[in-house]
Amino acid sequence: MARGRGRGLGRWLVSGPPIAYLIVFFAVPSLIMVLASFRTPGEFGGLAPLYEDGHLDLNLESYLRFFEELVYARIFVKSVWYALLTTLFSLGLAYPLAALIARSSKRYRDLLLLLVILPFWSNFLIRIYAWMIILGPNAALAKTVNGVLAWFGHGPVPLLFSSFAVLVCLVYVSLPFMVLPLYANLEKHDPALLEAAQDLGASAWQRFWRITFPLSLPGVYAGAALVFIPALGIFAIPDILGGPEDSLIGNVIKQQFLETRDWPFGSVLSIVLTVAALAIAGLAAWVARGNLGTPSSRREERA
Amino acid sequence: MALLEIQNVTRRFGDFTAVDDVSIGIEAGEFFTLLGPSGCGKTTLLRMIAGFDLPDGGQVLLNGEDLADRPPERRPMRMVFQSYALFPHMTVEGNVAFPLQMAKTPAAEIGPKVVAALEDVRLQGLGKRYPHELSGGQKQRVAIGRALVTHPSVLLLDEPLAALDAKLREEMQIELINLQKEVGITFVYVTHDQTEALALSHRIAVMNKGRVEQLDEPSKIYGFPRTRFVADFIGHCNLFSGPVRGRADGVLTLDVPAIGPVRIATRSPLPLGQPGTIALRPEKIRIEAAALADTRDNHYRGTVQELLYMGDVTVYKVGMPGGAQIEALLANSQSGRARFFEVGDTVEVSWPVDAGHFIEE
Repeated sequence: MARGRGRGLGRWLVSGPPIAYLIVFFAVPSLIMVLASFRTPGEFGGLAPLYEDGHLDLNLESYLRFFEELVYARIFVKSVWYALLTTLFSLGLAYPLAALIARSSKRYRDLLLLLVILPFWSNFLIRIYAWMIILGPNAALAKTVNGVLAWFGHGPVPLLFSSFAVLVCLVYVSLPFMVLPLYANLEKHDPALLEAAQDLGASAWQRFWRITFPLSLPGVYAGAALVFIPALGIFAIPDILGGPEDSLIGNVIKQQFLETRDWPFGSVLSIVLTVAALAIAGLAAWVARGNLGTPSSRREERA
Repeated sequence: MALLEIQNVTRRFGDFTAVDDVSIGIEAGEFFTLLGPSGCGKTTLLRMIAGFDLPDGGQVLLNGEDLADRPPERRPMRMVFQSYALFPHMTVEGNVAFPLQMAKTPAAEIGPKVVAALEDVRLQGLGKRYPHELSGGQKQRVAIGRALVTHPSVLLLDEPLAALDAKLREEMQIELINLQKEVGITFVYVTHDQTEALALSHRIAVMNKGRVEQLDEPSKIYGFPRTRFVADFIGHCNLFSGPVRGRADGVLTLDVPAIGPVRIATRSPLPLGQPGTIALRPEKIRIEAAALADTRDNHYRGTVQELLYMGDVTVYKVGMPGGAQIEALLANSQSGRARFFEVGDTVEVSWPVDAGHFIEE
């Protein structure tokens, strides 16, 4: 009895602080935001008083606005599209890289992993500004591209302040988050499986699609979640590198809170974003469980 | 011409010669075993047959055709891996169907072939399971069924039973023998376990340091080892070495240090003074309380120094006055009596001159 109680206390001492932290700094603010979404914006920004003339001021005005003014839904769809493209491009670039690292010898492996996380050592914003220089009109890249286009009789195109710049930088920023979970997965693969597949008549292409790729799906899902969800809400990259047409939902939310100071509408947009991210992740998990990943996820459960 | 010809195959890794000029011919329908300690080159040789590794010298021929340009996926051979290498994301059926799909077998034929293969390895009804839901023995059967489903001309097995416990291993050995008889496919089997090799094989190549020391039937390998290494590696063996001191009526006398003169019936023409070795199995030695031996026997008095009670038999290590130790084995065939002698007992060990086997080295 005494031992059991002691163990219970120990468990609370260990898991209590993080739970308390999450309640105070995540759950409560989220609830405040949900509450704010039903309130009226204040005359000079912020929120109007909750109690006025003895009645509670809660309404659906901000939600109605979101569904009536299609421009927001359109930006929403565009954001999902950009996040999706970012995820796909990151996956396409990260997979060969992760496979290369997983197959290289132990000595080079640590060095290559270090190189993957090296960008984290410099400031996020500085790295985005660096892209302004790389993609700028006077940089070698733009001059080469426009030189080639001129050859074909095409006028010059700006690389900077375009959706191209936004996507390139989104992929750049996301890449390590895709590489690391993929590497962690691929590194655990038993090389005997590939030898067995080869022995049983599978070509290199078949070995990849029938063995390596299906077994790497847990890593693909983890990487996709780590890339897709942040990419959906990002605002700094479109702000700095995008043109006027490249505002994403993150920019609109930031605008509502910091410039327009319409907190209820900003809250509505944030809530819709969260719900959309959860819905898409849930849908992906459901599709994966039903069609693709049953055995590998089962294997994960056992491990 | 044998089905599978290994001709002067050599494989080096840096300064280390893993396989050193090996030539073996394996016949169709044969259960052939490569036996040797770890590092003897048997697995390297098997991997070269499968195509995962290429020889630095020599050739591997199948039906007279050089396989050098054929990658593993295009060799009509299948390998059973020590770790089974079952695809964890596929069911048993999926695993067994995989080689058929790779061979572009029409979809309608795959189902019946998978069912037949699962029957061959006695896994009926387990087709929908995933590998992690199977026991070690069942996994092994899936691996074998998967390898046999396309009816390859040769099945390569790399220590397939090493991960199983002793009892299951014995059952699987019997099943392997029966299966090989049923399907009639050539088996090339790699193991370091000499009892397994003796029990399973039609012929055994005993390998040491990249070379084949002896290639023979199991009973010849056990009864007539050609080298000290083979005698020592296969089963337990007393090895008495010394110069030849005398010869009479087809019996050589060796002067063995720490034991004395030991006589052996042999046709060996080894001249006097040359060193030779007598290999003598412990079960061929009689051990008695007092001298009963006839004059044609070798007999020596000694003291029981150690004994190992193994249940069915007891192993006695008898110390000679000169310091040598002779290992003898007695079957515990009398009920109610586990041991005949105790440590410290003085005993007489003896064996007929034709009980051992003479090795010229």
